[in-house]
Amino acid sequence: MQKLRALLLISPLLAFILITFIAPIADMLFRSVENKIVEETLPHTVALIDSGGDIETVVPGEKVFSALYVDMFVAAEKKEHTRLGTRLNYEESGISSLFRKSGRRVDRLDVEVYREQFENIDPSWGEIATWQSLADNSDASDMLPRAMWAYNAWRDYLIADGDNPDEEELEDFIYVALYDDLIALEDASEAGDLIQRSANAVPDFETVNFKEAFIGFDKDWGAEDVWKTIRTYSPPYTEGYFLNAIDLQKEFEGYSVRPENERIYGVLFMRTLFMSLVITGCAILLGYPIAWLMSNRPMREANLLMIMVLLPFWTSLLVRTSAWKVMLQQQGVINDTLVWLNIVDEAGRLVLINNQFGTIVAMTHILLPFMVLPLYSVMRTIPETYTRAAKSLGATNWTAFWRVYFPLSVPGIGAGSILVFILSIGYYITPEIVGGTTGTFISNRIAYHISSSLNWGLAAALGTILLAVVLLLYWVYDRIVGIDNVKLGG
Amino acid sequence: MKVFTKLSIAIAFTAVTATAVTAADMADEMTIVSWGGAYSNSQMKAYHEPYMEKTGIKIINDESSNEAVAKLRAMDEAGNVTWDLVDVVASDAIRLCDEGLAAEIDHDEVLAAAPDGTPASEDFGELIVSDCFIPQIVYSTAFGYRTDMVGDKAPTDVCAIFDTKTWPGKRSLEKRPINNMEWALLCDGVAKEDVYDVLATEEGQEQALAKLGTIKDDVIWWSAGADTPQLLADGEVVMGSTYNGRLFSVIEEQNQPVAMLWDAQVFDLDGWIVPAGLSDERKARVMDYLKFATDTQRLADQAKYISYGPARKSSAPLVGKHAELGIDMAPHMPTDPNNAKNTFLYNYEFWADYRDDIDAKFQAWLAQ
Amino acid sequence: MVDTAEGHAFVEFDRVQKSYDGETLVVKDLNLSMPKGEFLTMLGPSGSGKTTCLMMLAGFETATHGDIRLDGQGINNIPPHKRGIGMVFQNYALFPHMTVNENLAFPLEIRKMGKAEREEKVKRALEMVQMGAFGARRIAQLSGGQQQRIALARALVFDPSLVLMDEPLGALDKQLREHMQFEIKRIADDLDITVVYVTHDQTEALTMSDRVAVFDDGRIQQLAPPDQLYEEPENSFVAQFIGENNTLEGVVEEIRNDQALVRLDGGGLIDTTPVNVSKVGERTKVSIRPERVEFGRDRLGEDAHTLNAEVLEFIYMGDIFRTRLRVAGNDDFIVKTRNAVNQVRFEPGQQIEIGWLAQDCRALDA
Repeated sequence: MQKLRALLLISPLLAFILITFIAPIADMLFRSVENKIVEETLPHTVALIDSGGDIETVVPGEKVFSALYVDMFVAAEKKEHTRLGTRLNYEESGISSLFRKSGRRVDRLDVEVYREQFENIDPSWGEIATWQSLADNSDASDMLPRAMWAYNAWRDYLIADGDNPDEEELEDFIYVALYDDLIALEDASEAGDLIQRSANAVPDFETVNFKEAFIGFDKDWGAEDVWKTIRTYSPPYTEGYFLNAIDLQKEFEGYSVRPENERIYGVLFMRTLFMSLVITGCAILLGYPIAWLMSNRPMREANLLMIMVLLPFWTSLLVRTSAWKVMLQQQGVINDTLVWLNIVDEAGRLVLINNQFGTIVAMTHILLPFMVLPLYSVMRTIPETYTRAAKSLGATNWTAFWRVYFPLSVPGIGAGSILVFILSIGYYITPEIVGGTTGTFISNRIAYHISSSLNWGLAAALGTILLAVVLLLYWVYDRIVGIDNVKLGG
Repeated sequence: MKVFTKLSIAIAFTAVTATAVTAADMADEMTIVSWGGAYSNSQMKAYHEPYMEKTGIKIINDESSNEAVAKLRAMDEAGNVTWDLVDVVASDAIRLCDEGLAAEIDHDEVLAAAPDGTPASEDFGELIVSDCFIPQIVYSTAFGYRTDMVGDKAPTDVCAIFDTKTWPGKRSLEKRPINNMEWALLCDGVAKEDVYDVLATEEGQEQALAKLGTIKDDVIWWSAGADTPQLLADGEVVMGSTYNGRLFSVIEEQNQPVAMLWDAQVFDLDGWIVPAGLSDERKARVMDYLKFATDTQRLADQAKYISYGPARKSSAPLVGKHAELGIDMAPHMPTDPNNAKNTFLYNYEFWADYRDDIDAKFQAWLAQ
Repeated sequence: MVDTAEGHAFVEFDRVQKSYDGETLVVKDLNLSMPKGEFLTMLGPSGSGKTTCLMMLAGFETATHGDIRLDGQGINNIPPHKRGIGMVFQNYALFPHMTVNENLAFPLEIRKMGKAEREEKVKRALEMVQMGAFGARRIAQLSGGQQQRIALARALVFDPSLVLMDEPLGALDKQLREHMQFEIKRIADDLDITVVYVTHDQTEALTMSDRVAVFDDGRIQQLAPPDQLYEEPENSFVAQFIGENNTLEGVVEEIRNDQALVRLDGGGLIDTTPVNVSKVGERTKVSIRPERVEFGRDRLGEDAHTLNAEVLEFIYMGDIFRTRLRVAGNDDFIVKTRNAVNQVRFEPGQQIEIGWLAQDCRALDA
């Protein structure tokens, strides 16, 4: 009962965290491996590939192309083929336009011959009623899976477009699916008369060569690279995004290291960690004396210092960062002053921005409060008598500080460092604006994949790795320093 | 899992855009997404204000165009599209159309014909680069240079960016491969008509990066359109690329010692898309606005406020004077024959295919 | 003013003044001299300047005027860590990030003492405070009393010749406090160290000290051994502050043979010993200890003056009886009587006659 009430009390927070924090993280983890789009868009093609049918060579045979035609026709009607093209284009350049082009061409490919031949066997093949009764009959549906799928897909996309399928004429591609089913049907003896008769007739049908047709749309359909990509990425879950995120790639033949001129994430991860450490270090060096001063001064002075420390909090991120630009650029305030003081000459103006230095300066400034506040709140609780005791025991000012005061302030450093490090590891606006090429972080690439390339799977994989690195570092920190030694206040 | 995810996204999104949702559901309001700044302002003056006056419908401006594709995708996943009309560049329109996030438009049915009766599809012509796209303006990514920093030799050729001997100093280029790769090849001796064939090959990509490598230390890479104008105004760079409208504003409105370098500038389009999945009522309202805002006169009107060329052929003769400066706008249009002697048209299909690949190489090259 | 009667002065305050803000003096003209081996307590209400004096001695505050000397040497300009004074702080100030052993070894390490010698000293110091088994403990694992002992051991481990204690027992409960008082006294005597002890608890001061300096208003009001302090307070503040005391106000009517006759404001004449009064007509506060009040005339002289009193309250307290009387207009006149056989027990409302020996009644400043 007690527990239940406690649970009830925290349930709003729990729900809030679940919805705004846990769920997005779970979603991100899921997206980093999810790859259902291939299977969902090209179900029959993928099923054939998975069952190993007709794929003795890398570029498959007619059966797969025939299935591809049916899949592609429906996908094009639903406008899903370009989405898949975009997805596969992440792995192999050119697939995007290949799919866009093929979607248009598939619609125009003349396959009327199938319909004619079926109607010759029995005109009722041309009637919706025949198809509907087959669709309602589960035995027939089992026997003609692709045809029934095509028929239902046809109805669905018509309804989605606001048309009534009962008043429309059946599309030709449905008959291609029917042909594929009947050809594959081994035993038609159980089936009804219509299907038996048709099954007997199809081996003599005049057919369209879909492989040829597709290669006619675009010669890339005959290219091994395209099929390798499709076949590599046909499973519903893939480790491909993660491999990309660590500069490897998943290929038809197995894993391989990306060519050197495409490797970037390893560099960025290392750079992000390194620079975050440097920023954390700078924040400690700058923040410790301030926090010390604040905790040892009268309240009024401490408050003034506090306001100055918090000032960056109260200005917008962009304004702050742009201000640094004005300060640091080559025609900026600092360089102008140096030139005026004759410390550097006009030609030797220092490059202080659009590089790592600029990022470190601007980010240390922005994150400093996150170091100072925990430090201050811990230092405030260290009584002066500790230092006095140390001095009375013979310690010099420095020894009293280093052996007694400093160790007691370490929990504040720990808390501040964790805050600053984790915040800086995920920062991207500031590095984007002042980082140039050498001062950008992994988060800039994540942002790029989220908002520009729309490769959310890769972004999710990068984000997951970042999360894992943070957790790992947290664990290491716990092992070395002990998380009990982190205090945000007395 | 999936249902839960969708639910959570939906709830999160609703929370964030609660105001927008209520706004969109109200019968007399419409949320239009654009780029903000001077550009949104020109649309406000040329389209929104007259339309609001005429119909009493309230238009809410959302300045999210630079992340419109990602946001539309998120809204679509959450099943709650709160935008009524979105201003995007053509390449984004193509992607949105590919992703099924933008509705296909029958241009002749939705849009007004030219005053002489030419159907809209002909008046816009080949600028309709996607079935979902309604072109609005033609802009170009061109170079501007500091007149006081180039000595007595004003650059006339785009390859000036690679000539650091004649024109020393920093240059600003956009932090992406698009346009830069083309200029690099062009200045490395590749014929204009072969540029994309070369760029489609590994060797061509390496060649372009190698050419860019000759000035890598002299480049400040920008990611926001406002960067280059600022860098030029501060004298941080001697020349830099940006949108021609931004340069116009530096030169004419702020009177900075900056001039245009009209050579090998890249034509691109900006226009409207209607998000897929709007209710019939909202869709009808948007179509009414579109018919109004993209007619010949309104498109020409926008050029009074910003130096981008109207996308309709029939609008070109109607382009007049700048609303405040009173200068003739026609010579400042990227479409003006004097300016358009040597131009590129953004190759949408090529970049749709090669963007991911070349971008990875470009970023890896930058990070080295 | 330097008191050389008790031998060579080890700690000396010579006209020391202290002001924090440059206007008001917290310590006014302090003169104090103590010989080696003495246990001296600074006693006084809060704000009386006693802690400031201690801090000046330790070096954490600097004197505004005057000299402080240790073993004949001026220490005004010597920083605290070079003074070699052991100190026990009010809240012990044991370093929480170190074990007991590390805390004790700290002053020795700083003195660059060898490891073996260090360990030996730490061990001995712990044994001295009967904490030999606790060396490896963390500070947070110790009780208040244990921490007190460790703090004491740490202040002594480096053999300082002078140890300062700033209300070291203030945080302990009564029983433990009393126990520790004896313990500290024993250790101080054993080691023959000089101790300056600050407290606001007079019982503590009286029990432990060789001499007590009573502070008030930035001055030492009286510096004397405990019995003298109790029995012969030199002014009314000391009389009030030390032990229980009855005060009656009046005017000196006559001085003769080391006795003063005082007419009380509330009526009646009493015999007193003049301490701070010297002439007839002077106002005075008369101080009588509750246990020195007599009820019968048998112990008083024939001509002794007595006062009439009304019993207001009678409290049985076990070992003693405590009677509250109205005497000469004072409703808070307390009398303590031993619970002896045949001792009278008063009833409220009873009218009685009280008196005292002139030597027990001191006429002090008004």
